[in-house]
Amino acid sequence: MDFSKINWTKAAITWGIPLVAVILVGFLPAYGSAYWVTRFSYFLMYIILAVAWTIFSGTTGYISLASAAFFGVGIYAAALLGDAMPLIFVVIIGGAASFVLALIFGAITLRLKGIYFAMFTFGLVLLFKELIYYYEINVEGLRGRFVVLQSNETIYYYLLGIFVVTMIVAYLIRRSKFGLALQSIGQNEEAAAHTGVNVTMVKILTFAVSAIFMGAAGVVMATKWTYVDPGVAFNLMISFTPVLMAIFGGMGNLYGPVIGAVLFTYIQEVLTTGDLAKYYMLIFGAVLIGAIVFMPNGLVGVIQKLVGLVRKWRKGGSVAQNADT
Amino acid sequence: MRILEGEGVTKYFGGLAAVSNVDFHVDQGEIFGLIGPNGAGKTTLFNLISGAFTPKSGVIKFKGEKISGLKPYKICRMGMARTFQEVKIFGNMPVFQNVLLGSLFGTPSGMASANAAKEATELLDFVGLSAVKAIPAGGLTLANQKRVEVARALATKPELLLLDEVMAGLNSTETAETMELVTSIRDRGVTVFMIEHVMRAIMGVCDRIMVLHHGEKIADGTPKEIATSKKVIEVYLGE
Repeated sequence: MDFSKINWTKAAITWGIPLVAVILVGFLPAYGSAYWVTRFSYFLMYIILAVAWTIFSGTTGYISLASAAFFGVGIYAAALLGDAMPLIFVVIIGGAASFVLALIFGAITLRLKGIYFAMFTFGLVLLFKELIYYYEINVEGLRGRFVVLQSNETIYYYLLGIFVVTMIVAYLIRRSKFGLALQSIGQNEEAAAHTGVNVTMVKILTFAVSAIFMGAAGVVMATKWTYVDPGVAFNLMISFTPVLMAIFGGMGNLYGPVIGAVLFTYIQEVLTTGDLAKYYMLIFGAVLIGAIVFMPNGLVGVIQKLVGLVRKWRKGGSVAQNADT
Repeated sequence: MRILEGEGVTKYFGGLAAVSNVDFHVDQGEIFGLIGPNGAGKTTLFNLISGAFTPKSGVIKFKGEKISGLKPYKICRMGMARTFQEVKIFGNMPVFQNVLLGSLFGTPSGMASANAAKEATELLDFVGLSAVKAIPAGGLTLANQKRVEVARALATKPELLLLDEVMAGLNSTETAETMELVTSIRDRGVTVFMIEHVMRAIMGVCDRIMVLHHGEKIADGTPKEIATSKKVIEVYLGE
């Protein structure tokens, strides 16, 4: 292999930064306080949800609001099976259950387009919530359940593991011919179908794969909350927030949803805990509107644009003239 | 040999018969033209053949097998490809990826990535787009976007190619170039079935022509027969 041909700068950015980040984050419980471990757990949860959502919706343009349904299935898997078997098996079962449900509901809903698909997936969360409420109150005569608690470190490492797997799967899909098919569906589904892509199969399978990670994350987070009821488990914010995070960060590459999730979670926390708590929703709304209006390609898009401008400026070209809008 | 056959093909939209009891056949190796006034049902017929729609009644056979009711991707993999009247490309994907998708997914038995890339490169050369293969397809001129569609369709290794108004909106130089392209596609061994409004083009390249009017077939025959048919002149060509 000719080493002189490797673009070291690019290699450092592609592999170096994630590697350093993973090592730093990986040993966090060894040197960080419980506060930071908990805080990073929430970062990881939202990154998993945002990236998993992007795997399907970011590429195909089918806006799914069903994340909370699959997350909630994970939560209930933890509530029902948590004391019967080790956490790892519950995570696998929670992920598998979400996968199967997504296959079924994908087969029903993915013939719907645009806003109809979004509304149906939204309804799915409500349906799950109400059905379980009904079952718990009328059949079992109880409300809510207790979940076997896990230590902060265990929760943290489980989330980290799910995060790594999610990123690897998302990366492999993006790079594969399957990813090319997804992209073609997002850009022109009819043309994709007439070019030999089994669009129904590709859509349903990807939808289901992305649901695995949402379900698995739900299992782990449930062990932090000790008590869950359908209202907690099927919280619609879990559907909306990852969508906003992915849009905020930009969906053009995998860094986007990650950066979006981290910044978003951070902003949310600053705004709800400090002196600004009263104005939380107001500022939050303003930031969101600003992001959507001024950053059509998200934060990553802004960064790429800046990098492009710096390159042009270094080459001595007139930035003002060449800057595209 | 008949590569494509239709018997009594019918399709309604609401109460309107868009295609009504049409019989047709396309012989292997020929260039077969389909003409008719706007709203005659030409594109609907293509949609029925390529699997976008299912006929209400009637049978369509491709290479002797019934295909009506099959999904578009299956029909594509059997060896039939198409282009669209209103260009349907993958606008944000590079031209090369547009074509690559065809060889990766549309060929009868699938293709290994290395072969698919080779095939896509060769086809971009064939349609004359090698120079722009890295550009997002949406940035090309209309004429070139149509060529991307043709290359993408050819990448699926079709035996029959359906071209829906490839020359609409092109200037006269581009039209002449496209006529040449259509002829050279046939010379590669691909049967061509084309819808066209540009009379000079269709009369010049087709072996046989069929005329639709209000969803019904009113004539078929050689370009000369069509050009002199009284009925066709009356409803379509004008005095």
